[in-house]
Amino acid sequence: MDAKAEVLSRYNAKVFKNRKDHILRVDRDAGCAQEIAANTRALPGIMTNRGCCYAGCKGVVVGPIRDAVTITHGPIGCGFYTWGTRRNKARAGEDGKNFIQYCFSTDMQEPDIVFGGDKKLRRAIREAVEIFQPKTVFICSTCPVGLIGDDIHAVAAEAEKEFGITCTAFSCEGYKGVSQSAGHHIANNGLMKRIIGSNDTPPAAKFAVNLLGEYNIGGDGWEVERILKRVGYEIVSVFTGDGNIEGISRSHLSDLNLVQCHRSINYVAEMMKSAYGMDWLKVNFVGLDAICSSLRGMAEYFNDDALKRRTEEVIADELAAVAEDTAFLKSRLEGKTAALFVGGSRSHHYQALLQEFGVRTVLAGYEFAHRDDYEGRSVIPDIKEDADGKNIEHLDVEKDPARYRVFLSPERYAELKQRIDLEEYRGMIRDMPDGSYVVDDLNHFETEAFTALLKPDIFFSGIKDKYVLQKGGTLSRQLHSYDYSGPYAGFRGAVLFGRDLVMGLYAPARRMVVPPWKKQAAGAQAKGDLPHA
Amino acid sequence: MRQVAIYGKGGIGKSTTTQNLNAGLSTMGKNIMIVGCDPKADSTRLILGGLAQTSVLDTLREEGEDIELDLVLKEGFGGIRCVESGGPEPGVGCAGRGIITSINLLERLGAYTDDLDYVFYDVLGDVVCGGFAMPIREGKAREIYIVCSGEMMALYAANNISKGIRKYANTGGVRLGGLICNSRNVDGEAELVSAVAKELGTQMIHFVPRDNMVQRAEINKKTVIEYAPDCAQADEYRTLAQKIDGNDMFVIPSPITQDRLEELLMEHGLHDA
Repeated sequence: MDAKAEVLSRYNAKVFKNRKDHILRVDRDAGCAQEIAANTRALPGIMTNRGCCYAGCKGVVVGPIRDAVTITHGPIGCGFYTWGTRRNKARAGEDGKNFIQYCFSTDMQEPDIVFGGDKKLRRAIREAVEIFQPKTVFICSTCPVGLIGDDIHAVAAEAEKEFGITCTAFSCEGYKGVSQSAGHHIANNGLMKRIIGSNDTPPAAKFAVNLLGEYNIGGDGWEVERILKRVGYEIVSVFTGDGNIEGISRSHLSDLNLVQCHRSINYVAEMMKSAYGMDWLKVNFVGLDAICSSLRGMAEYFNDDALKRRTEEVIADELAAVAEDTAFLKSRLEGKTAALFVGGSRSHHYQALLQEFGVRTVLAGYEFAHRDDYEGRSVIPDIKEDADGKNIEHLDVEKDPARYRVFLSPERYAELKQRIDLEEYRGMIRDMPDGSYVVDDLNHFETEAFTALLKPDIFFSGIKDKYVLQKGGTLSRQLHSYDYSGPYAGFRGAVLFGRDLVMGLYAPARRMVVPPWKKQAAGAQAKGDLPHA
Repeated sequence: MRQVAIYGKGGIGKSTTTQNLNAGLSTMGKNIMIVGCDPKADSTRLILGGLAQTSVLDTLREEGEDIELDLVLKEGFGGIRCVESGGPEPGVGCAGRGIITSINLLERLGAYTDDLDYVFYDVLGDVVCGGFAMPIREGKAREIYIVCSGEMMALYAANNISKGIRKYANTGGVRLGGLICNSRNVDGEAELVSAVAKELGTQMIHFVPRDNMVQRAEINKKTVIEYAPDCAQADEYRTLAQKIDGNDMFVIPSPITQDRLEELLMEHGLHDA
């Protein structure tokens, strides 16, 4: 029996029926594309690792913008538990503004629920403006705000008039959608409607790009920026790690959008294409080969000889600088196996880097991805939209006649599309080894069960399952926060990542861990047996 | 202590009926408290002679939780204690949550004293959300009376409220005590309401005829019993009070289908001209 059947056999009929379509074993001989169920509701009681719509909007997309004050409108818990948890780093820009270390909340109390929280929200905006003088204030809704119907958009419009700031509200109540994914979409819509295109200061350099879906976890974005600047690119904006409003407001004047995390930001890339004609390129700055092919793809897109030359020079120099380290690390890591369960794209990106170190992926899954993140964008027309998806606003963006630019001739576009990931994401499954497992919305039972069956040496996931794995004797690294380390992206990040793995895997402490269930010699659960579903 | 909730379609005369009924009970020597559960806070004005009450929620908002019961509880005609829950202005906040907050606060402040014979909850319109079901959840009100008339929509609402009662009957122990017909002079009204009551498994506890005396008393900010104690309408309310005081028919209602409701209407209400 394969691991999928083994895990599913522990479920009752109803759970089995739901979960069987979310798990697949990669079969290279299947002869056709393998389909997986994704972006559907998690079953109640299943112990999912997913977050909510508010987490996706405030925590992922809007929160990392350093010079906007993002106010959580709701009871204090939602704001408190999303305070500094994602390690999206930021440094103050020339204006000295960096609000990342703060947590702004309206701290709604019972009378605010009964009489409406809009008055308190107005006071909160006033207070934030008086103390911090931000140019931009964002408001993120939590569940009760949606239930009692506070008109946060009207409050935002009033605040714009009164304080002369940009104030945008996001109706990202936690209960919307099936996961964080809904919040990403809502945040993308808000940025597109209110911020992008509001400043027409053009970039100075010949090749200007936006870095989309880079959240600067552990300083990833800074390492990527370092490399891109070396090649000669101007980075107009980053969405949104260490991002700033000025950059985002003039991002429509860049020449190309680079998409790192496809799931959380593809909406902006698509909408900017419709409105301004900008193409987007799927890149991956995690893993040496992936970085090189991303840089080459960009040079190919701009088709400039000097740029291509410079790209090769930088690649050669950077690779040489890390060659010794990576060779050593590979000698220590070769033959190990890994499981990855992260949000939307990291589970895919990190497989490239692991492969370079000789680490084989045995299982990978996404928390909140859609089918296209697994199977590639070619399945988008076949994805059946359900009621949960329809509840999230879809913006129909019109062409902006004054600012629409055509970057490539149709022939050149078609020709390039053959060679580089131009407006294309081919999904995670195609890069996974034969016989490995893909699991959507992996839950706690499945984490334990698959770990017992597949015995990965390293399990990459997040804080919710980290300690279960660690106490069970499996090395666990958080790919959401990098466990206070990082950056892991870029050439230098690859070395840091490898070092952290070697440190973890070869730490003698691991062999001394005896989990409680292994101490029970004659207990109900024998060694290696699966936990109960 | 009997805790009673009065429900019914909006505008059917719940507050008027409740206050006249309570005036009747008070003349029987009963100790009563009325808790108005309508954000408009107009459930006790006839008992208090038009006095505008400070509502529980307004007080909570202005004074915080450390408030004195005397601030929100006023005595009116016949020593009836009156409380208005109050709530947000229309279109903002959550009135339902307000009722939950308000009743919890009244309990903490010790409003429910042992000498009370009756606590009446006068609840806004239909049961629109969990908050408005508060009096019948958690065993607050044990008996419900539904004010209705022979009009289609009033009976439709009565049937719907019965569904709500049924839902909470097993957990909260609430029972339906009967329908009070507040007449609108519809053809065959008494027969129709009795027939619907029978189908629901309950009774039409009293038929209150239509009388302009009620309006005259209201203009004078009084119940009929206070304003014109000797008139026939005052007798009707005193009879209603006696029937409710002596009522021993408490049931879990069996709501009927829309089709059956329409059939009954055809059978009893709409006579061919």
